[in-house]
Amino acid sequence: MSDTSGGALHGSPETPAVDSSRRVFLTQATTALGALGAAFAAVPFIASWSPSERARALGAPVDVDVTKLEPGQMVTLTWRKQAIYVVHRTPEMIASLPGHDGQLKDPGSKASEQPAYATNVNRAVRDQFLVVIGNCTHLGCLPKARFEKAQPELGADWPGGFFCPCHGSRFDLAGRVFQGSPASVNLRIPPYSFSNDSTLIIGKDDAVQGAA
Amino acid sequence: MGGHSSETVPARTGFMGWLNKRLPVDAFVKGSMTEYYAPKNFNIWYFFGSLALLVLVMQLITGVFLTMHYKVGEATAFDSVEYIMREVPYGWLLRYLHSTGASAFFIVVYLHMFRAMLYGSYKAPRELLWLFGMVIYLALMAEAFMGYVLPWGNMSFWGAQVIVNLFGTIPVIGPGLVEWIRGDYGIADATLNRFFSLHVVAVPLVLLLLVALHLVALHETGSNNPDGVEIKDNKDAKGNPVDGIAFHPYYTIKDVFGVGVFLTLFCIVVFFIPTFGGIFLEKPNFEVANAMSTPDHIAPVWYFTPFYAILRAVPDQQLGALAMALSLVCLVLLPWLDRAPVRSIRYRGWMWKTALTLFVISFVTLGYLGLMPPSPLYTTLARICSVVYFAFFVLMPIYTRLDPVKPVPTRLTYDHE
Repeated sequence: MSDTSGGALHGSPETPAVDSSRRVFLTQATTALGALGAAFAAVPFIASWSPSERARALGAPVDVDVTKLEPGQMVTLTWRKQAIYVVHRTPEMIASLPGHDGQLKDPGSKASEQPAYATNVNRAVRDQFLVVIGNCTHLGCLPKARFEKAQPELGADWPGGFFCPCHGSRFDLAGRVFQGSPASVNLRIPPYSFSNDSTLIIGKDDAVQGAA
Repeated sequence: MGGHSSETVPARTGFMGWLNKRLPVDAFVKGSMTEYYAPKNFNIWYFFGSLALLVLVMQLITGVFLTMHYKVGEATAFDSVEYIMREVPYGWLLRYLHSTGASAFFIVVYLHMFRAMLYGSYKAPRELLWLFGMVIYLALMAEAFMGYVLPWGNMSFWGAQVIVNLFGTIPVIGPGLVEWIRGDYGIADATLNRFFSLHVVAVPLVLLLLVALHLVALHETGSNNPDGVEIKDNKDAKGNPVDGIAFHPYYTIKDVFGVGVFLTLFCIVVFFIPTFGGIFLEKPNFEVANAMSTPDHIAPVWYFTPFYAILRAVPDQQLGALAMALSLVCLVLLPWLDRAPVRSIRYRGWMWKTALTLFVISFVTLGYLGLMPPSPLYTTLARICSVVYFAFFVLMPIYTRLDPVKPVPTRLTYDHE
């Protein structure tokens, strides 16, 4: 091994010395470039799982005539594949809301998802109408309406609200979650507005209107 | 799976001679069947590996034929399953074989895994064998979950809703990830289509590959046995284990008997109790998927319920999902948590026997609780059992080291009572 001018040299006088550092560099460069190419090639496959243009286009706003809803009644409708609960709350229901803040996880809805205009005590634009996305914030089941007070399965101090049959999450009449529930935040409130005294539009509010 | 070179196989003439020069048929049969030595003391617990392979083949065959009649899509899926049940000749049989096969798969696999825990089959040098097995188990869970969505019944829909939303509990990326998995703002046609593709093409391919790796790894280390003694440590003059017998014909005959017993029980379920009282096929799944109506009581199929009960027992969304994921991770880590110097329960002390008994009781109880609607008493029970479940694994490095073990024989104890 008389030739020491290169880097990592090996070989005998019969076979010329091979600069393996170049081979290592070329192998690594090829591998890196191949991996980069594979990553780029994966993009269309991964992106193909996102909601399609058709699915996105089907998210148009939904109108509800709230005059048909008697006090104490609830209607369920669909917006963007999600169940929307609209509850016409009675004055007693509204009056009961501030009475159990101590039992709630997020009484002020600070960690929960709702438009700014529904971040108040009653979580509503008009106090008598509660509009929430019905799907439980735990794992997406639909909580059942349990508006009667003091139900046997929910306890004597039950103030009325929603009970999820899947995992037992409990919410009050403003969709606020009770302590001891697996859900950690309140039911979500979709963007909505009233176009006149009787028509509620789900999926459209002043912010959205302004942008349109 | 065999490592025998063709030189050790006697030369043959005629067609087999021609074939063996081009494909190592005889060498393979010799290496993995007629001269593959397995311990001579296998007992009833050793049926379940071969039975799992049988069920896999049955699921592939019935699945291929069901796919010929099933029509994927939210408008057609439910009706096509009813069409299979009522109008396709023997369609009801194909479907009940497939649905019962799913439950049978998990029964057999759970018993197979429990066998490994009884005799320490996951301990060195078989850790990788256990890992392949665990990945098979996880792939099987994915396969079974997506298969359950395909009939598009109401429990299919809400089961998919709950399981997919579990990914939403992952911080930051969760909500986007859920939308990506569903392909829509809710469980929809797009979700059903991709689950169909994964259920009939992608996951079965992965499962077959993993089963092949599981068998290659098994044939490299050789089977463990009820004594947990390494038979390769005692070899005769020819280099064969003295306590080993050829896999074929001895264990192929034994396994054929096991297949007979298994198929008898399996057919009783298929022909007389295919829904198994709402446990193998849940009642709400005989109604079409309805995004506006959650079934009154939602529960996954029985083989997921122990983990589901752990999820429900934790009163916090993210921690619940984390506990469920960790309950599976614990099982994966078993070979490294168990520090006992012996493999088999026959030579372990009272600590391991007590711990394993408590673990089985808590696992079965969690499985029952996961089927039941939530109630304060059941939630308390589920919390106790979840603590026992995790304590079994977390404390394992300690109690397996302290456990007073018995001396292990150097040879198999063939006449073990």
